[in-house]
Amino acid sequence: MDQLLQQIINGISLGSIYALIALGYTMVYGIIKLINFAHCDVYMIGAYIGFVCITSLKLGLIPALLIAMAICTILGVLIERIAYRPLRNATRIAVLITAIGVSLLLENGMILIASPQVRVYPQIDGLLAKSFDIGRITINMKQVLILATTIILMILLQFIVKRTRIGKAMRAVSLDTEAAQLMGINVDTTISFTFAIGSALAGAAGVLVGVYYNSINPLMGLLPGLKAFVAAVFGGIGIIPGAMLGGYFIGMVETMVAGYGGSMFRDAVVFAILIFILIVKPTGLLGKNVREKV
Amino acid sequence: MKKLSIGLVLIMIFALFAGCNNSKTDDVIKVGINYELTGEVATYGQSSVEGIELAIEEINKAGGVNGKKIEAVKYDNKSEESTAMTLTTRLINQDKVVAIMGPATSGSFNSTIPVAIDNKIPVASGSATADNVTIDESGNLKEYAFRICYTDSYQGTAMANFALDNLKKEKAIIIKDNSSDYGKGLAENFNRTFTAGGGTVVSELAYVKGDTDFNAILTSVTGQDFDVIFIPGYYNEAGLIIKQARAMGIDVPILGVDGFDSPELVNLAGEDALTNVYFSNHYSSLDESKVVKDFITNFKAKYNKEPDAFNALGYDLAKFIADGLSRAEEINGESLKEALASTKDFEGVTGSFSIDENHNTVKAVIIIELENGKQVSSIRAGN
Repeated sequence: MDQLLQQIINGISLGSIYALIALGYTMVYGIIKLINFAHCDVYMIGAYIGFVCITSLKLGLIPALLIAMAICTILGVLIERIAYRPLRNATRIAVLITAIGVSLLLENGMILIASPQVRVYPQIDGLLAKSFDIGRITINMKQVLILATTIILMILLQFIVKRTRIGKAMRAVSLDTEAAQLMGINVDTTISFTFAIGSALAGAAGVLVGVYYNSINPLMGLLPGLKAFVAAVFGGIGIIPGAMLGGYFIGMVETMVAGYGGSMFRDAVVFAILIFILIVKPTGLLGKNVREKV
Repeated sequence: MKKLSIGLVLIMIFALFAGCNNSKTDDVIKVGINYELTGEVATYGQSSVEGIELAIEEINKAGGVNGKKIEAVKYDNKSEESTAMTLTTRLINQDKVVAIMGPATSGSFNSTIPVAIDNKIPVASGSATADNVTIDESGNLKEYAFRICYTDSYQGTAMANFALDNLKKEKAIIIKDNSSDYGKGLAENFNRTFTAGGGTVVSELAYVKGDTDFNAILTSVTGQDFDVIFIPGYYNEAGLIIKQARAMGIDVPILGVDGFDSPELVNLAGEDALTNVYFSNHYSSLDESKVVKDFITNFKAKYNKEPDAFNALGYDLAKFIADGLSRAEEINGESLKEALASTKDFEGVTGSFSIDENHNTVKAVIIIELENGKQVSSIRAGN
């Protein structure tokens, strides 16, 4: 029983990371129907920016987190402006291929700049190095940090989407781009803003992963990116609460599979879920069947 | 166009003869260096070559081998097996070397051996530990392949005996790198020896290269009764496993292998976690013997840093080849092979060794103890 509870805590920490990345996928998909494969590399770049802030600039964790989020925001907007906006009226497959191209560019660019070797986040002392016990369960402060950051960012996101003008615009564009444009909504700005938020969340996830696991490398985004994508599909791609739910679900499944004897199958199980969902309920757990406009 | 191509062919033929002439005139012995200078395992190759170059410099300063200087031809195989093989052909046919050093990893080294056997030129590696490097699957000796490090099965056995005899532990958990032959082979040999010696392997867990989250598998063992953990794998993942295990309150001794030898290990795991950790290695800077002390002094003078195990293995490898050359009847591949195969009690930085009938070395495993991330003691085991 203790062990199960401990595994649940492990699963929640891992799930938080997936949820943060999955939100970026799902928001972008919701608004321009594009699976932004470059998203997982924005996450990787976030981790590297955090690394530079902490090691070279000797900043604390919170400033590093904020700087990484800020730079990733700019990067996300730039990617959208340079790579995707010129293709706004192109076929979906063209944009998708562009997304894969951007992803490869970012990965190999980072290999060129930072070399393919693994970098190590410095140990963080003080409060974060501590852990505490509840009964026979150990929770360390980094797990608390990950969960707390994720929850704060999600509440913030929920607030932006539901309660602000720009959030309203996002929802409108997502529902019907042309109608929104006719109502006087600036579609380009709204899309840029969506990329900005998604990328900021990915940047935050990158720094959190760096602090939690210590090791980062230019290809670190590949597998978590794919899993976050599975999480987004699982929850229903385009639906924000679905991405959170999916992220935690995938994190939990992976932990349970690894923890109860299947450490060699944990990646396989996650992708088996993707296939299963696509066969049984392609719209995802929270998805509704909407008829495609013709 | 036709004229141009005829001209090119003529130039190529001329270049070919020119190459032949150059190599035969000088009073030097040419040896090849075929190492991973870039790519995935670049640090292994770079370190080995530093050691090799130091050794060659010393040999030449002392008058060379029987009055002839050693000249090294160095190529980078980019950590690719196919490139390693092409370079072997090039070193033998174009540069006319009598022996080739490298590559560092078993896979790449293995790919060069067929070429070496065809051309009767010995190849030797300082760090190819896989069992199938010098003898093939059916047990036949690969005549022209040599290595100066111990094998994986020997290393796994030594660690199992160390756990049983020195640490007096009987219940082990193995967490192995399931994506490399290295990790799987070591786990198998450790398991066999440990069980035969009266111990039990409580459970055997696996991970793959690149994994970062080990909390789940570590949590799954917390309920079990064990007193030692064996991690056959490379430092990238091992560092994280140690860190996460210690954070979880698992404080039993952790045993590792020569893949742990990297300055990155302490960065990944953190100093506090690296206590009560033991790993097998080829060389220890704590060794008090004169060969080792001289090596460390000279190495520091040339490169201005502490030598690691790959530096030491590279250094020994070049000295081993030079020793063979000094005893060979003629300077050609065949007599050099005979000389290398009959090496007895060679005094190296990584211990004294002889070459056995399978072209492996019989030498001690050095087990290093870490405390707060620092090497505090080393013992020789298994010989």
